[in-house]
Amino acid sequence: MTEENIRYRADVLVIGGGPAGTWAAIRAAQEGASVVLVDKGYCGTSGATAPSGTGVWYVNPNPKEREEAMQSREALGGYLADRAWMRRVLDRTYANVNQIAKWGYPFPIDETGTSHRKSLQGPEYMKLMRKQVLRAGVRILDHCPALELLADDDGVAGATGIHTPTRETWRVDAAAVVIASGGCAFLSKALGTNVLTGDGYLLAAEAGAELSGMEFSTAYSLAPVFSPVTKSAFYTWATFYYEDGRVIEGAGSQRGRSVIARTLLKEPVYARLDKADEVVRKAMRRAQPNFFLSFDRLGIDPFTQKFQVTLRFEGTVRGTGGIHIVDETCATRVPGLYAAGDAATRELICGGFTGGGSHNAAWAMSSGYWAGEAAARYAAKLGANASKRQAGGLSRYSGIPVRPAERRGASDTSDIVKAVQDEVFPYDKNWFRSGPRLNQSLNRLHDAWNEVKAGLAAGDGNVVRVREAAAMTATARWMLTSALARSETRGMHRREDFPTQDPAQHYRLISSGLERIEVRPLPQEQQHPAVKEASL
Amino acid sequence: MIELLSRERCIGCNQCVAVCPTNVFEASPESIPAIARKSDCQTCFMCELYCPVDALYVAPFAEKEAPADEADLAASGLLGSYRADVGWGKGRTSTASADESYIIFQRMHASH
Repeated sequence: MTEENIRYRADVLVIGGGPAGTWAAIRAAQEGASVVLVDKGYCGTSGATAPSGTGVWYVNPNPKEREEAMQSREALGGYLADRAWMRRVLDRTYANVNQIAKWGYPFPIDETGTSHRKSLQGPEYMKLMRKQVLRAGVRILDHCPALELLADDDGVAGATGIHTPTRETWRVDAAAVVIASGGCAFLSKALGTNVLTGDGYLLAAEAGAELSGMEFSTAYSLAPVFSPVTKSAFYTWATFYYEDGRVIEGAGSQRGRSVIARTLLKEPVYARLDKADEVVRKAMRRAQPNFFLSFDRLGIDPFTQKFQVTLRFEGTVRGTGGIHIVDETCATRVPGLYAAGDAATRELICGGFTGGGSHNAAWAMSSGYWAGEAAARYAAKLGANASKRQAGGLSRYSGIPVRPAERRGASDTSDIVKAVQDEVFPYDKNWFRSGPRLNQSLNRLHDAWNEVKAGLAAGDGNVVRVREAAAMTATARWMLTSALARSETRGMHRREDFPTQDPAQHYRLISSGLERIEVRPLPQEQQHPAVKEASL
Repeated sequence: MIELLSRERCIGCNQCVAVCPTNVFEASPESIPAIARKSDCQTCFMCELYCPVDALYVAPFAEKEAPADEADLAASGLLGSYRADVGWGKGRTSTASADESYIIFQRMHASH
């Protein structure tokens, strides 16, 4: 075995330094654990939240507002969410956001003196979270993607990876691991998502964890055609136009998005935010400086000038599927392994339809908090020697290479990425799904998987590309296999051959496996992972 | 995509090397950092926010390249414009405190 250049021991290893990972690290440290946090990029700028602005599902704790908040998206989500989990996330989010205020986040105060806490500016929020992580005594390793988990017979025991700038290898032996590495947007260039390539799903699957709700992965967001900045909410005030200037009837940012997708299959679509009055215009600018950055730099006034738009794929980042969690601590079925944030399923609070940034932000800070706490307690139970186990790397079980192939003729990682994107980006394959097309896509994805297994060359020699290509291929296979198994339309999953909701399929779908993918309905008695009210 | 690292303005602090989530910049022992992997840029604008001297410019295009002229950018006030917008930097106040998302939410709620 090769000796790693960088080695640490810790009670808890957190993989990912976005909202979920930082909350996990802080909470684990508060519980007395020694914690290492590794980030593929830089904790503070990485991921979907940092460069953006996000709503937060922050709801005052009075019965009427809470009931309204829970009810508002239940039908949209196909009734797959769970009230007990919603209550618990609303409580945790309320407490955590108020904690953020105590840490000094400058929430706006209106003229009546009310502090408004339903929105977070990404750069400010994540700069603050990094500061708090460091204050808690956590060691941060930036630019350190994880390549494989370590485990022994008793469970997960750390991870190894690489320090991208120097290509030095690292190894962290830990008693427990929290995967908080985000979802998968397949390198679509949607704002901040190019580090989100499903890496955590692959790590979890190699350890034997399962996924849930991967069919709910058809999230596309509105964006100017040239720009990475996705902000669908603002298009509430948009009118959509054909190239010749006629209005596209029925097109809209919420329910009318399918009309836009159908039109985009044939011809370009233009938008103008001409329904915004002066108050809304000013509020938009103050709410999302980055939304206007693109326009300002090109000299476009989006309120008076039309601009071409597209629907950019956001995959599971804004979908609701992810790693299946089995109890209220956000544990997976693998001992010592926890999942949080977009890496984990968000069906418990969203069901089958995205709650948008607001629910994802609430879920990230809640699930991160619980996963960090549980990982620390698990580590404490294992005792001081738990990080001194002789654990081995898990990629040997999956057979997925952890280094680039050197043989000539091997497919390049970029070929695989393109092949996978060709099955998940097109609206006529993934937005509007049908059995025959899903089967065709899956055949091509299985071929891609065989190429991955045979070993990939990486143009720049970077091993991370190999793991990313493998993770995206695996993710697409879980998504579309689950989509094929759900022969109905529910939540954001739309089947043209089964256009209605089928009461007999009112269950969540669990997917698992790398070589052969299996999908099964979650048994009724496990639909609602127990929530102990005392643990709120 | 990142289009400019100003040799005039850069002080070699290597903050951009540290904070770029996709490792676009490369530090150099003798000189200022370089844009080494432009095609990996995800156009997230974060490097601009962390540059203390407004030496970086990210054009708002996700895919296409758009060569930028430093003098033009400086003259039009676009160098450092995002950092000014969010209120980061000496003598400024974070505009997170002026976030009017709540007005947007109230309006959206009212229209449903």
